[in-house]
Amino acid sequence: MDQFLHQVLSGLATGGIYASVALALVMIYQATHLVNFAQGEMAMFATYLAWALLQAGVPYWGAFAITVAGAFVLGVAIERIIIRPVENAPILAVVIVFIALLVIFNSIAGWIFSYTIKPFPSPFPKEPLFGNSYVSSHELGSMSITLVVLLLLFVFFRFTPLGLAMRAAAQNPVSSRLVGIRVGWMLALGWGLAAAIGAIAGMMVAPTVFLEPNMMGGILLYAFAGALLGGIDSPGGAVLGGFLVGVLENVVGAYIGTELKLTLALVVIVGVLVVRPSGMFGKVHVVRV
Amino acid sequence: MSASSVPLLDVRGLAAQYGPTRVLHGIDFAVAEGGITTILGANGAGKTTLLRAVCNMIKTSGEVRLAGARIDGQATESIVRQGVAHVPDGRGTFMNLSVEENLRVGAHVRRDRSEVGADFERMYAHFPRLKERRRQQAGTLSGGEQQMLAVSRALMLRPRLLLLDEPSFGLAPLIVQQLFEILRGINQSDRIGMLLVEQNAAMALALADQAYLLETGRVVMSGSAETIRNDESVRRSYLGY
Repeated sequence: MDQFLHQVLSGLATGGIYASVALALVMIYQATHLVNFAQGEMAMFATYLAWALLQAGVPYWGAFAITVAGAFVLGVAIERIIIRPVENAPILAVVIVFIALLVIFNSIAGWIFSYTIKPFPSPFPKEPLFGNSYVSSHELGSMSITLVVLLLLFVFFRFTPLGLAMRAAAQNPVSSRLVGIRVGWMLALGWGLAAAIGAIAGMMVAPTVFLEPNMMGGILLYAFAGALLGGIDSPGGAVLGGFLVGVLENVVGAYIGTELKLTLALVVIVGVLVVRPSGMFGKVHVVRV
Repeated sequence: MSASSVPLLDVRGLAAQYGPTRVLHGIDFAVAEGGITTILGANGAGKTTLLRAVCNMIKTSGEVRLAGARIDGQATESIVRQGVAHVPDGRGTFMNLSVEENLRVGAHVRRDRSEVGADFERMYAHFPRLKERRRQQAGTLSGGEQQMLAVSRALMLRPRLLLLDEPSFGLAPLIVQQLFEILRGINQSDRIGMLLVEQNAAMALALADQAYLLETGRVVMSGSAETIRNDESVRRSYLGY
Protein backbone atom coordinates (compact mmCIF):
# COMPACT_ATOMS: atom_id res chain seq x y z
CA MET A 1 0.00 0.00 0.00
CA ASP A 2 2.83 2.37 0.91
CA GLN A 3 4.44 1.52 -2.35
CA PHE A 4 1.23 2.29 -4.25
CA LEU A 5 0.77 5.64 -2.46
CA HIS A 6 4.34 6.52 -3.29
CA GLN A 7 3.76 5.77 -6.96
CA VAL A 8 0.58 7.81 -7.05
CA LEU A 9 2.16 10.81 -5.34
CA SER A 10 5.21 10.90 -7.54
CA GLY A 11 2.85 10.34 -10.49
CA LEU A 12 1.03 13.50 -9.44
CA ALA A 13 4.35 15.36 -9.40
CA THR A 14 5.19 14.44 -13.00
CA GLY A 15 1.49 14.79 -13.81
CA GLY A 16 1.79 18.43 -12.83
CA ILE A 17 4.45 18.87 -15.50
CA TYR A 18 2.24 17.17 -18.09
CA ALA A 19 -0.70 19.26 -16.93
CA SER A 20 1.27 22.49 -17.48
CA VAL A 21 2.43 21.50 -20.95
CA ALA A 22 -1.05 20.19 -21.77
CA LEU A 23 -2.48 23.55 -20.76
CA ALA A 24 0.04 25.33 -22.98
CA LEU A 25 -1.03 23.08 -25.86
CA VAL A 26 -4.69 23.82 -25.22
CA MET A 27 -4.07 27.58 -25.13
CA ILE A 28 -2.50 27.51 -28.57
CA TYR A 29 -5.10 25.03 -29.79
CA GLN A 30 -7.97 27.28 -28.79
CA ALA A 31 -6.55 30.14 -30.82
CA THR A 32 -5.26 28.25 -33.86
CA HIS A 33 -7.13 24.92 -33.74
CA LEU A 34 -3.78 23.22 -34.12
CA VAL A 35 -1.46 21.43 -31.75
CA ASN A 36 1.85 23.22 -31.39
CA PHE A 37 4.37 20.41 -31.84
CA ALA A 38 7.18 22.81 -30.97
CA GLN A 39 5.79 23.50 -27.48
CA GLY A 40 8.17 21.01 -25.85
CA GLU A 41 11.25 22.21 -27.71
CA MET A 42 10.46 25.82 -26.80
CA ALA A 43 10.36 24.73 -23.14
CA MET A 44 13.63 22.83 -23.55
CA PHE A 45 15.30 25.87 -25.09
CA ALA A 46 14.09 28.07 -22.23
CA THR A 47 15.49 25.57 -19.75
CA TYR A 48 18.89 25.87 -21.45
CA LEU A 49 18.62 29.61 -21.03
CA ALA A 50 18.08 29.06 -17.30
CA TRP A 51 21.06 26.69 -17.24
CA ALA A 52 23.28 29.28 -18.93
CA LEU A 53 22.18 31.92 -16.45
CA LEU A 54 22.93 29.58 -13.53
CA GLN A 55 26.36 28.85 -15.01
CA ALA A 56 26.95 32.60 -15.17
CA GLY A 57 26.34 32.74 -11.42
CA VAL A 58 22.80 34.11 -11.34
CA PRO A 59 20.97 32.83 -8.22
CA TYR A 60 18.30 30.18 -8.92
CA TRP A 61 15.13 32.24 -8.48
CA GLY A 62 16.65 35.14 -10.41
CA ALA A 63 17.43 32.81 -13.30
CA PHE A 64 13.94 31.35 -12.95
CA ALA A 65 12.30 34.76 -13.29
CA ILE A 66 14.50 35.87 -16.20
CA THR A 67 13.82 32.58 -18.00
CA VAL A 68 10.07 32.86 -17.61
CA ALA A 69 10.14 36.45 -18.87
CA GLY A 70 12.50 35.51 -21.71
CA ALA A 71 10.29 32.59 -22.75
CA PHE A 72 7.28 34.91 -22.75
CA VAL A 73 9.03 37.36 -25.08
CA LEU A 74 10.22 34.51 -27.28
CA GLY A 75 6.66 33.14 -27.51
CA VAL A 76 5.25 36.54 -28.48
CA ALA A 77 8.01 37.00 -31.05
CA ILE A 78 7.39 33.58 -32.60
CA GLU A 79 3.70 34.35 -33.04
CA ARG A 80 4.32 37.78 -34.49
CA ILE A 81 7.16 36.86 -36.81
CA ILE A 82 6.60 33.23 -37.78
CA ILE A 83 3.00 32.21 -37.12
CA ARG A 84 1.22 35.39 -38.17
CA PRO A 85 2.27 35.25 -41.83
CA VAL A 86 0.78 31.74 -42.12
CA GLU A 87 -2.38 32.65 -40.18
CA ASN A 88 -4.65 32.00 -43.16
CA ALA A 89 -2.53 29.30 -44.76
CA PRO A 90 -3.84 25.75 -45.17
CA ILE A 91 -3.58 23.54 -42.07
CA LEU A 92 -0.74 21.44 -43.45
CA ALA A 93 1.40 24.50 -44.09
CA VAL A 94 1.01 25.57 -40.46
CA VAL A 95 1.75 22.05 -39.23
CA ILE A 96 4.96 22.11 -41.27
CA VAL A 97 5.87 25.44 -39.65
CA PHE A 98 5.33 23.89 -36.20
CA ILE A 99 7.51 20.91 -37.08
CA ALA A 100 10.14 23.24 -38.53
CA LEU A 101 10.17 25.18 -35.25
CA LEU A 102 10.62 21.90 -33.37
CA VAL A 103 13.60 20.88 -35.48
CA ILE A 104 15.13 24.37 -35.44
CA PHE A 105 14.98 24.72 -31.65
CA ASN A 106 16.30 21.21 -31.20
CA SER A 107 19.25 21.79 -33.53
CA ILE A 108 20.10 25.24 -32.22
CA ALA A 109 20.12 23.90 -28.65
CA GLY A 110 22.37 21.03 -29.73
CA TRP A 111 24.63 23.40 -31.64
CA ILE A 112 25.03 25.93 -28.84
CA PHE A 113 24.95 23.65 -25.79
CA SER A 114 25.95 20.26 -27.33
CA TYR A 115 23.97 17.06 -27.01
CA THR A 116 25.72 15.88 -23.83
CA ILE A 117 23.43 15.41 -20.87
CA LYS A 118 23.74 18.12 -18.22
CA PRO A 119 22.59 18.03 -14.62
CA PHE A 120 20.08 20.75 -13.74
CA PRO A 121 19.67 21.85 -10.14
CA SER A 122 16.49 21.68 -8.12
CA PRO A 123 15.70 24.71 -5.95
CA PHE A 124 14.35 22.43 -3.25
CA PRO A 125 16.31 20.70 -0.46
CA LYS A 126 17.72 17.18 -0.95
CA GLU A 127 16.20 15.63 2.17
CA PRO A 128 12.46 14.95 2.16
CA LEU A 129 10.24 17.55 3.77
CA PHE A 130 8.45 16.74 7.01
CA GLY A 131 10.40 13.48 7.23
CA ASN A 132 7.90 11.70 4.98
CA SER A 133 9.02 8.77 2.88
CA TYR A 134 6.48 9.11 0.08
CA VAL A 135 7.59 12.12 -1.91
CA SER A 136 10.89 13.89 -2.38
CA SER A 137 11.13 17.60 -1.71
CA HIS A 138 11.60 18.26 -5.41
CA GLU A 139 8.43 16.40 -6.30
CA LEU A 140 6.48 18.25 -3.64
CA GLY A 141 8.04 21.57 -4.61
CA SER A 142 7.45 21.20 -8.34
CA MET A 143 3.90 20.08 -7.69
CA SER A 144 3.30 23.21 -5.57
CA ILE A 145 4.78 25.46 -8.23
CA THR A 146 2.61 23.83 -10.89
CA LEU A 147 -0.48 24.35 -8.76
CA VAL A 148 0.40 27.99 -8.09
CA VAL A 149 0.92 28.58 -11.83
CA LEU A 150 -2.40 26.93 -12.66
CA LEU A 151 -4.18 28.94 -10.00
CA LEU A 152 -2.66 32.21 -11.22
CA LEU A 153 -3.70 31.40 -14.77
CA PHE A 154 -7.21 30.58 -13.65
CA VAL A 155 -7.50 33.89 -11.81
CA PHE A 156 -6.01 35.75 -14.76
CA PHE A 157 -8.38 34.29 -17.35
CA ARG A 158 -11.41 34.35 -15.11
CA PHE A 159 -11.21 37.68 -13.37
CA THR A 160 -9.12 40.17 -15.35
CA PRO A 161 -10.28 42.22 -18.35
CA LEU A 162 -7.21 41.18 -20.32
CA GLY A 163 -7.86 37.51 -19.59
CA LEU A 164 -11.45 37.92 -20.73
CA ALA A 165 -10.32 39.67 -23.91
CA MET A 166 -7.90 36.81 -24.62
CA ARG A 167 -10.63 34.22 -24.18
CA ALA A 168 -12.96 36.23 -26.40
CA ALA A 169 -10.29 36.63 -29.10
CA ALA A 170 -9.55 32.91 -29.16
CA GLN A 171 -13.24 32.01 -29.34
CA ASN A 172 -14.58 34.46 -31.85
CA PRO A 173 -11.97 36.67 -33.53
CA VAL A 174 -14.46 38.41 -35.82
CA SER A 175 -16.77 39.47 -33.00
CA SER A 176 -13.76 40.42 -30.91
CA ARG A 177 -12.60 42.90 -33.53
CA LEU A 178 -16.09 44.37 -33.54
CA VAL A 179 -15.80 45.25 -29.85
CA GLY A 180 -12.35 46.75 -30.38
CA ILE A 181 -10.17 43.91 -29.08
CA ARG A 182 -6.77 43.85 -30.78
CA VAL A 183 -7.04 40.20 -31.72
CA GLY A 184 -3.54 39.86 -33.18
CA TRP A 185 -1.94 40.96 -29.94
CA MET A 186 -4.19 38.72 -27.86
CA LEU A 187 -3.04 35.69 -29.87
CA ALA A 188 0.58 36.76 -29.45
CA LEU A 189 0.04 37.12 -25.69
CA GLY A 190 -1.40 33.60 -25.69
CA TRP A 191 1.78 32.30 -27.30
CA GLY A 192 3.84 34.20 -24.77
CA LEU A 193 1.92 32.75 -21.84
CA ALA A 194 2.08 29.23 -23.28
CA ALA A 195 5.85 29.57 -23.74
CA ALA A 196 6.23 30.88 -20.17
CA ILE A 197 4.23 27.96 -18.75
CA GLY A 198 6.35 25.57 -20.81
CA ALA A 199 9.53 27.16 -19.46
CA ILE A 200 8.41 26.58 -15.89
CA ALA A 201 7.53 22.98 -16.71
CA GLY A 202 10.94 22.54 -18.33
CA MET A 203 12.82 23.87 -15.30
CA MET A 204 10.76 21.68 -12.98
CA VAL A 205 11.28 18.49 -14.96
CA ALA A 206 14.93 19.01 -15.87
CA PRO A 207 16.32 17.93 -12.43
CA THR A 208 14.64 14.51 -12.88
CA VAL A 209 15.15 13.82 -16.58
CA PHE A 210 18.41 15.80 -16.96
CA LEU A 211 18.96 18.56 -19.47
CA GLU A 212 19.51 17.63 -23.10
CA PRO A 213 17.98 18.81 -26.38
CA ASN A 214 15.56 15.86 -26.54
CA MET A 215 14.38 16.00 -22.94
CA MET A 216 10.86 17.29 -23.76
CA GLY A 217 10.10 14.77 -26.50
CA GLY A 218 8.45 12.19 -24.28
CA ILE A 219 6.91 14.82 -22.04
CA LEU A 220 5.18 16.47 -24.97
CA LEU A 221 3.69 13.10 -25.87
CA TYR A 222 2.37 12.52 -22.33
CA ALA A 223 1.07 16.09 -22.22
CA PHE A 224 -0.66 15.60 -25.55
CA ALA A 225 -2.23 12.40 -24.24
CA GLY A 226 -3.37 14.31 -21.15
CA ALA A 227 -4.80 17.17 -23.21
CA LEU A 228 -6.70 14.74 -25.42
CA LEU A 229 -7.97 12.76 -22.47
CA GLY A 230 -9.32 15.87 -20.78
CA GLY A 231 -10.49 17.48 -24.00
CA ILE A 232 -8.22 19.43 -26.30
CA ASP A 233 -10.42 22.51 -26.12
CA SER A 234 -10.96 22.43 -22.36
CA PRO A 235 -8.23 24.02 -20.21
CA GLY A 236 -9.54 22.49 -16.98
CA GLY A 237 -9.95 19.11 -18.63
CA ALA A 238 -6.41 19.21 -20.02
CA VAL A 239 -4.99 19.92 -16.56
CA LEU A 240 -6.92 17.03 -15.04
CA GLY A 241 -5.93 14.82 -17.97
CA GLY A 242 -2.27 15.72 -17.46
CA PHE A 243 -2.40 14.70 -13.79
CA LEU A 244 -4.25 11.48 -14.67
CA VAL A 245 -1.70 10.51 -17.31
CA GLY A 246 1.10 11.21 -14.83
CA VAL A 247 -0.39 8.87 -12.24
CA LEU A 248 -1.29 6.19 -14.80
CA GLU A 249 2.19 6.32 -16.29
CA ASN A 250 3.84 5.88 -12.91
CA VAL A 251 1.56 3.08 -11.75
CA VAL A 252 1.91 1.23 -15.05
CA GLY A 253 5.68 1.72 -14.90
CA ALA A 254 5.87 0.31 -11.39
CA TYR A 255 3.50 -2.63 -11.63
CA ILE A 256 3.64 -3.69 -15.26
CA GLY A 257 6.97 -2.54 -16.61
CA THR A 258 8.88 0.65 -17.35
CA GLU A 259 9.09 -0.36 -21.00
CA LEU A 260 5.36 0.23 -21.36
CA LYS A 261 5.32 3.81 -20.05
CA LEU A 262 5.49 5.54 -23.41
CA THR A 263 3.23 2.92 -24.94
CA LEU A 264 0.63 3.95 -22.40
CA ALA A 265 0.66 7.51 -23.71
CA LEU A 266 0.10 6.25 -27.23
CA VAL A 267 -2.65 3.90 -26.06
CA VAL A 268 -4.38 6.84 -24.38
CA ILE A 269 -4.05 8.98 -27.52
CA VAL A 270 -5.39 6.32 -29.86
CA GLY A 271 -8.04 5.19 -27.35
CA VAL A 272 -9.42 8.67 -26.82
CA LEU A 273 -9.44 9.44 -30.53
CA VAL A 274 -11.31 6.22 -31.29
CA VAL A 275 -13.77 6.13 -28.40
CA ARG A 276 -14.39 9.77 -27.53
CA PRO A 277 -12.48 12.26 -29.69
CA SER A 278 -13.70 15.24 -27.68
CA GLY A 279 -12.17 13.87 -24.45
CA MET A 280 -13.76 13.94 -21.02
CA PHE A 281 -14.67 17.64 -20.96
CA GLY A 282 -14.26 18.79 -24.54
CA LYS A 283 -17.11 19.95 -26.69
CA VAL A 284 -18.47 17.68 -29.37
CA HIS A 285 -18.25 19.64 -32.59
CA VAL A 286 -21.18 19.30 -34.89
CA VAL A 287 -20.59 20.66 -38.34
CA ARG A 288 -23.58 21.50 -40.47
CA VAL A 289 -23.13 20.49 -44.07
CA MET B 1 -19.59 74.28 -43.35
CA SER B 2 -20.50 74.45 -39.67
CA ALA B 3 -19.71 71.54 -37.37
CA SER B 4 -23.32 70.55 -36.91
CA SER B 5 -23.89 70.11 -40.63
CA VAL B 6 -21.09 67.54 -40.96
CA PRO B 7 -22.81 64.16 -41.07
CA LEU B 8 -21.84 61.59 -38.44
CA LEU B 9 -21.14 59.08 -41.16
CA ASP B 10 -20.45 60.17 -44.71
CA VAL B 11 -19.76 57.52 -47.32
CA ARG B 12 -18.70 58.24 -50.90
CA GLY B 13 -18.14 55.77 -53.69
CA LEU B 14 -18.05 52.73 -51.44
CA ALA B 15 -17.16 49.57 -53.33
CA ALA B 16 -16.50 46.14 -51.90
CA GLN B 17 -15.74 42.69 -53.13
CA TYR B 18 -15.44 39.10 -51.96
CA GLY B 19 -12.52 37.70 -53.89
CA PRO B 20 -13.14 38.56 -57.54
CA THR B 21 -16.85 39.15 -57.02
CA ARG B 22 -17.89 42.78 -56.71
CA VAL B 23 -20.80 43.21 -54.34
CA LEU B 24 -21.03 46.99 -53.94
CA HIS B 25 -20.53 49.33 -56.89
CA GLY B 26 -19.76 52.79 -55.60
CA ILE B 27 -22.39 53.73 -53.07
CA ASP B 28 -23.00 57.15 -51.50
CA PHE B 29 -24.93 57.56 -48.28
CA ALA B 30 -24.89 59.38 -44.97
CA VAL B 31 -26.09 59.19 -41.38
CA ALA B 32 -26.82 62.56 -39.80
CA GLU B 33 -25.55 63.38 -36.31
CA GLY B 34 -28.12 61.73 -34.05
CA GLY B 35 -30.02 60.45 -37.07
CA ILE B 36 -31.19 57.02 -38.13
CA THR B 37 -30.58 55.88 -41.68
CA THR B 38 -31.97 52.64 -42.99
CA ILE B 39 -30.78 50.59 -45.92
CA LEU B 40 -33.48 48.50 -47.50
CA GLY B 41 -33.12 45.81 -50.08
CA ALA B 42 -33.86 42.22 -50.96
CA ASN B 43 -31.67 39.28 -49.98
CA GLY B 44 -28.34 39.52 -51.74
CA ALA B 45 -28.62 43.23 -52.45
CA GLY B 46 -25.43 43.82 -50.47
CA LYS B 47 -26.83 45.18 -47.21
CA THR B 48 -24.67 43.10 -44.86
CA THR B 49 -21.67 43.73 -47.08
CA LEU B 50 -22.29 47.44 -46.82
CA LEU B 51 -22.10 47.34 -43.02
CA ARG B 52 -18.98 45.19 -43.20
CA ALA B 53 -17.41 47.63 -45.63
CA VAL B 54 -18.06 50.60 -43.33
CA CYS B 55 -15.92 49.04 -40.60
CA ASN B 56 -13.41 47.57 -43.04
CA MET B 57 -14.08 43.90 -42.39
CA ILE B 58 -13.70 43.15 -46.10
CA LYS B 59 -11.72 44.49 -49.03
CA THR B 60 -13.13 47.93 -49.64
CA SER B 61 -12.51 51.09 -51.61
CA GLY B 62 -14.09 54.51 -51.38
CA GLU B 63 -14.22 57.21 -48.75
CA VAL B 64 -15.74 56.72 -45.31
CA ARG B 65 -15.79 59.68 -42.94
CA LEU B 66 -16.78 59.58 -39.29
CA ALA B 67 -17.71 63.08 -38.13
CA GLY B 68 -15.55 64.45 -40.91
CA ALA B 69 -12.44 62.31 -40.33
CA ARG B 70 -11.44 59.59 -42.78
CA ILE B 71 -11.72 56.08 -41.30
CA ASP B 72 -11.54 53.98 -44.46
CA GLY B 73 -8.47 51.76 -44.62
CA GLN B 74 -8.13 51.65 -40.82
CA ALA B 75 -8.19 48.35 -38.93
CA THR B 76 -11.64 47.28 -37.76
CA GLU B 77 -10.52 47.47 -34.12
CA SER B 78 -9.40 51.06 -34.59
CA ILE B 79 -12.68 52.07 -36.19
CA VAL B 80 -14.57 50.44 -33.31
CA ARG B 81 -12.39 52.32 -30.84
CA GLN B 82 -13.57 55.58 -32.42
CA GLY B 83 -17.10 54.71 -31.38
CA VAL B 84 -18.57 52.55 -34.11
CA ALA B 85 -20.44 49.57 -32.64
CA HIS B 86 -21.76 46.74 -34.76
CA VAL B 87 -24.59 44.28 -34.26
CA PRO B 88 -23.34 41.80 -36.82
CA ASP B 89 -25.10 39.42 -39.12
CA GLY B 90 -25.41 36.11 -37.24
CA ARG B 91 -25.30 37.96 -33.88
CA GLY B 92 -21.61 37.28 -33.16
CA THR B 93 -22.30 35.74 -29.75
CA PHE B 94 -19.34 34.59 -27.66
CA MET B 95 -20.90 31.18 -27.09
CA ASN B 96 -18.63 29.97 -24.27
CA LEU B 97 -18.72 33.18 -22.28
CA SER B 98 -21.49 33.97 -19.85
CA VAL B 99 -24.10 36.58 -20.73
CA GLU B 100 -22.48 39.00 -18.33
CA GLU B 101 -19.03 38.37 -19.79
CA ASN B 102 -20.44 39.04 -23.26
CA LEU B 103 -21.54 42.47 -22.07
CA ARG B 104 -18.22 43.03 -20.34
CA VAL B 105 -16.40 42.24 -23.59
CA GLY B 106 -18.61 44.85 -25.27
CA ALA B 107 -17.16 47.47 -22.93
CA HIS B 108 -13.60 46.25 -23.53
CA VAL B 109 -12.25 49.56 -24.83
CA ARG B 110 -13.89 51.72 -22.17
CA ARG B 111 -11.93 52.94 -19.17
CA ASP B 112 -14.77 54.55 -17.20
CA ARG B 113 -15.44 51.61 -14.88
CA SER B 114 -18.20 53.06 -12.75
CA GLU B 115 -20.14 54.12 -15.83
CA VAL B 116 -19.75 50.61 -17.26
CA GLY B 117 -21.37 49.24 -14.12
CA ALA B 118 -24.31 51.58 -14.59
CA ASP B 119 -24.63 50.51 -18.22
CA PHE B 120 -24.95 46.85 -17.17
CA GLU B 121 -28.02 47.85 -15.20
CA ARG B 122 -29.37 49.86 -18.14
CA MET B 123 -29.05 46.85 -20.44
CA TYR B 124 -30.69 44.59 -17.88
CA ALA B 125 -33.48 47.14 -17.56
CA HIS B 126 -33.97 47.10 -21.35
CA PHE B 127 -33.85 43.31 -21.51
CA PRO B 128 -34.82 41.70 -18.18
CA ARG B 129 -34.38 38.27 -19.80
CA LEU B 130 -30.67 38.88 -19.99
CA LYS B 131 -30.55 39.69 -16.31
CA GLU B 132 -32.27 36.41 -15.45
CA ARG B 133 -29.69 34.58 -17.51
CA ARG B 134 -26.61 36.62 -16.79
CA ARG B 135 -24.60 33.73 -15.32
CA GLN B 136 -25.59 31.36 -18.09
CA GLN B 137 -23.37 30.49 -21.03
CA ALA B 138 -24.45 32.69 -23.92
CA GLY B 139 -24.49 29.65 -26.22
CA THR B 140 -27.49 28.30 -24.32
CA LEU B 141 -29.62 31.36 -25.08
CA SER B 142 -32.39 31.22 -27.66
CA GLY B 143 -31.88 33.02 -30.96
CA GLY B 144 -34.00 35.94 -29.86
CA GLU B 145 -32.16 36.27 -26.55
CA GLN B 146 -28.85 36.21 -28.41
CA GLN B 147 -30.14 39.02 -30.60
CA MET B 148 -30.94 41.07 -27.48
CA LEU B 149 -27.48 40.25 -26.23
CA ALA B 150 -25.89 41.38 -29.50
CA VAL B 151 -27.68 44.74 -29.30
CA SER B 152 -26.74 45.15 -25.63
CA ARG B 153 -23.14 44.19 -26.27
CA ALA B 154 -22.87 46.81 -29.00
CA LEU B 155 -24.46 49.46 -26.76
CA MET B 156 -21.95 48.67 -23.99
CA LEU B 157 -19.37 50.44 -26.14
CA ARG B 158 -21.35 53.68 -25.72
CA PRO B 159 -21.03 54.18 -29.44
CA ARG B 160 -21.48 57.37 -31.46
CA LEU B 161 -22.66 55.24 -34.35
CA LEU B 162 -24.47 51.94 -34.12
CA LEU B 163 -24.49 49.61 -37.12
CA LEU B 164 -27.42 47.21 -36.93
CA ASP B 165 -27.61 44.19 -39.21
CA GLU B 166 -31.15 42.81 -39.14
CA PRO B 167 -31.79 43.34 -35.43
CA SER B 168 -35.30 41.92 -35.84
CA PHE B 169 -33.99 38.61 -37.16
CA GLY B 170 -35.37 35.65 -35.21
CA LEU B 171 -37.37 37.80 -32.79
CA ALA B 172 -41.05 37.39 -32.06
CA PRO B 173 -43.13 40.31 -33.43
CA LEU B 174 -43.85 41.63 -29.95
CA ILE B 175 -40.16 41.64 -29.06
CA VAL B 176 -39.36 43.38 -32.34
CA GLN B 177 -41.74 46.16 -31.34
CA GLN B 178 -40.04 46.45 -27.96
CA LEU B 179 -36.57 46.40 -29.49
CA PHE B 180 -37.41 49.19 -31.91
CA GLU B 181 -38.92 51.23 -29.08
CA ILE B 182 -35.70 50.75 -27.12
CA LEU B 183 -33.61 51.79 -30.13
CA ARG B 184 -35.75 54.88 -30.61
CA GLY B 185 -35.40 55.74 -26.92
CA ILE B 186 -31.62 55.35 -26.99
CA ASN B 187 -31.39 57.37 -30.18
CA GLN B 188 -33.35 60.21 -28.58
CA SER B 189 -31.76 60.18 -25.14
CA ASP B 190 -28.12 59.54 -26.11
CA ARG B 191 -28.14 60.98 -29.66
CA ILE B 192 -26.53 57.79 -30.99
CA GLY B 193 -26.58 57.72 -34.78
CA MET B 194 -27.78 54.48 -36.30
CA LEU B 195 -27.33 52.72 -39.60
CA LEU B 196 -30.01 50.10 -39.82
CA VAL B 197 -30.18 47.27 -42.30
CA GLU B 198 -33.54 45.51 -42.24
CA GLN B 199 -35.75 43.05 -44.03
CA ASN B 200 -38.65 44.39 -42.04
CA ALA B 201 -39.04 47.51 -44.18
CA ALA B 202 -42.17 48.82 -42.46
CA MET B 203 -40.52 48.81 -39.01
CA ALA B 204 -37.31 50.26 -40.37
CA LEU B 205 -39.03 53.10 -42.22
CA ALA B 206 -41.07 53.94 -39.14
CA LEU B 207 -37.87 54.30 -37.09
CA ALA B 208 -35.54 55.93 -39.59
CA ASP B 209 -35.38 59.46 -40.89
CA GLN B 210 -33.38 58.67 -44.02
CA ALA B 211 -33.71 55.64 -46.27
CA TYR B 212 -31.79 54.15 -49.16
CA LEU B 213 -32.94 51.37 -51.40
CA LEU B 214 -30.24 48.95 -52.49
CA GLU B 215 -30.51 46.68 -55.51
CA THR B 216 -27.63 44.38 -56.52
CA GLY B 217 -25.02 46.61 -54.98
CA ARG B 218 -26.33 49.97 -56.20
CA VAL B 219 -28.48 52.64 -54.58
CA VAL B 220 -31.60 52.87 -56.72
CA MET B 221 -33.58 55.26 -54.58
CA SER B 222 -32.95 57.48 -51.60
CA GLY B 223 -34.67 60.17 -49.61
CA SER B 224 -36.41 60.84 -46.35
CA ALA B 225 -38.02 57.79 -44.79
CA GLU B 226 -41.38 59.44 -45.30
CA THR B 227 -40.90 59.88 -49.04
CA ILE B 228 -39.71 56.33 -49.48
CA ARG B 229 -42.60 54.99 -47.44
CA ASN B 230 -45.08 56.73 -49.67
CA ASP B 231 -43.44 55.65 -52.89
CA GLU B 232 -45.72 53.46 -54.92
CA SER B 233 -43.13 50.90 -56.07
CA VAL B 234 -41.51 50.60 -52.64
CA ARG B 235 -44.88 50.07 -51.08
CA ARG B 236 -45.69 47.26 -53.45
CA SER B 237 -42.35 45.43 -53.41
CA TYR B 238 -41.14 46.02 -49.84
CA LEU B 239 -44.09 46.92 -47.69
CA GLY B 240 -46.56 44.56 -49.30
CA TYR B 241 -49.72 46.60 -49.49
